[in-house]
Amino acid sequence: MSTTKSTEVVHESEAGPSEAGRPRASRPARRPNDGIRRSLTAYGFLTPWLIGLLTLTLGSFLLSVYLSFTEYDLLSPPEWVGLDNYATMLTDDLFITSLMVTLLYVVVAVPVRLVVSLLFAVLLSQDIKGIGIYRTLLYIPSLIGTSVGVAIMWQNIFSDRGLINMVLMNIGVDDPPAWVSSPQYAIYVIVLLSIWQFGSEMVIFLAGLKQIPDPLYEAAAIDGASKVGQFFHITLPMLSPVIFFNLVMGTINAFMVFTQGYIITHGGPINSTLFYVLYLYRQGFQYFHMGYAAAMAVVFLIVVAVVAGFIFLTSKYWVHYEDTEDN
Amino acid sequence: MRTKKRHVRLLGTHAVLIILSVIMIYPVLWMLFSSFKPTSEIFSSPGLIPENWTLQNYVVGWQGAGGVGFGTFFLNSFLIAGAVVVGSIFIASLTGFAFARLKFKLRKIMFALMLMSIMLPIQVTLIPQYIIFHELGWVNTFLPLIVPSFLGVSITPFFIFLMVQFIRGLPKELDEAAIIDGCSTFQVFWRVILPLSKPALITISIFAFYWTWDDFFSQLVYLSDPSKFTVSTGLNLFLSNAGNSQWGALFAMSILSIIPVIVIFLFFQKYLVKGVSTTGMKL
Repeated sequence: MSTTKSTEVVHESEAGPSEAGRPRASRPARRPNDGIRRSLTAYGFLTPWLIGLLTLTLGSFLLSVYLSFTEYDLLSPPEWVGLDNYATMLTDDLFITSLMVTLLYVVVAVPVRLVVSLLFAVLLSQDIKGIGIYRTLLYIPSLIGTSVGVAIMWQNIFSDRGLINMVLMNIGVDDPPAWVSSPQYAIYVIVLLSIWQFGSEMVIFLAGLKQIPDPLYEAAAIDGASKVGQFFHITLPMLSPVIFFNLVMGTINAFMVFTQGYIITHGGPINSTLFYVLYLYRQGFQYFHMGYAAAMAVVFLIVVAVVAGFIFLTSKYWVHYEDTEDN
Repeated sequence: MRTKKRHVRLLGTHAVLIILSVIMIYPVLWMLFSSFKPTSEIFSSPGLIPENWTLQNYVVGWQGAGGVGFGTFFLNSFLIAGAVVVGSIFIASLTGFAFARLKFKLRKIMFALMLMSIMLPIQVTLIPQYIIFHELGWVNTFLPLIVPSFLGVSITPFFIFLMVQFIRGLPKELDEAAIIDGCSTFQVFWRVILPLSKPALITISIFAFYWTWDDFFSQLVYLSDPSKFTVSTGLNLFLSNAGNSQWGALFAMSILSIIPVIVIFLFFQKYLVKGVSTTGMKL
């Protein structure tokens, strides 16, 4: 993960000189309990965070694992059922559907959004008048895109008689599909809503493009490389750490898709947009199958971790880090 | 000859960018203008300008759903988002300072745990957290939506990380000078680091507000009484109650729901774009 990597670098370079120079030079007679006192001060600052970590994060995670082996409806105490919940999943058609629907969504939405945001970033990296206005306009969808209000708008636009079909009929398409209520197209309506919000990734790519030194392009131009050649041989390799970051974060975010499926399609038609988190929500908070929902949460973590881990493993083949340190 | 060719190319680029921008923004503009149309007119034309301008949608929509007006939904959303902003500043500055400046036992493990919590999907711990808040009697109050932000949970690990990075960028000589002047660790934090961290704290506040304002999942899970509903859950209630008969009013309230986001963006654009491009935070 690129974030971790950069912090480790900062951490090391900062720890080096201070440890060697400061304490010994100013305070030669260091009392043995100094370290403990300093730790105590630090843990004073960390207390609220530690409480949250131990209860709501680590505690909850362990409780989640425990609950996944139980049957629990909030009313009577949890009842130990061993691996039953996990066994049920294997034969639960809706569970398998929700997993497949979510994987389809991730596999389509994430790469397309990545490519679109990169193309727009390249287009907007030119130094021409008024470019800031275009950047702002193209960024606005990602600013508001995850809200319920926009989901409502999207549902209307892609409905039977919505904006899209009015436009299609005006240009002569006779019988356009009813996008939102079609089991075939509904999920792509939601995919499109995700792609529409490429603005955040675009801004991150724009920052990355600025870091590529101009002389690289100048040298390539002198050697006769075309613009397209420059893109594939300079831009893409130089941007690969940023692409990697956007890919990982985009994938994790895409797995958590919920609001759009809930508002726009209610998981339908015929469960074609029954996303994993939507099904988990129904099991937990509509049927109060807390044990089953907890088991689904554990499996969710495993699935996300496996997919993210797979991206990490492949990264050494395509992510190009500069040899020179750029702190 | 050459400059002419360049002019044509420039013109072409502008044309492409204008067309793409219009396509991207058109749905939002269409919803905005449709909110001033009678519902029957919304489905009659893909054009923007209403034939009959009306404010009726806003009047009807503002009355809300489930016997609760949109004024209450807005107030609730502002209350929760405001409290989460305070919580985020509180936890990010304290924890960020400790990780960036203090030495303590188990620091590496703690830092790794903090980084891992950024990546942890909230759904993984949702069920037990719900049970805990249920046992505390906090379900159907704002507390499950607010308290986690004071304890560095849910959206706040990202803010802690941002703060660590920011404080590490501040010159260490400032702390050392303050210590020589007799400042305690807390005074260094309060008088030196905190005032210098204003840009990072503004960025954190904006993101904390956005994420809470746009949140739907947690609010749907924890709030059940319409009088406690937020803009997100209020819109959802309105959608399921009014259904397809009141698109005009639904559009009007959807437009109102995104106005705070747009206004903050216009005022704090600089901080926002910086936050996105330096930390990769997603809106």
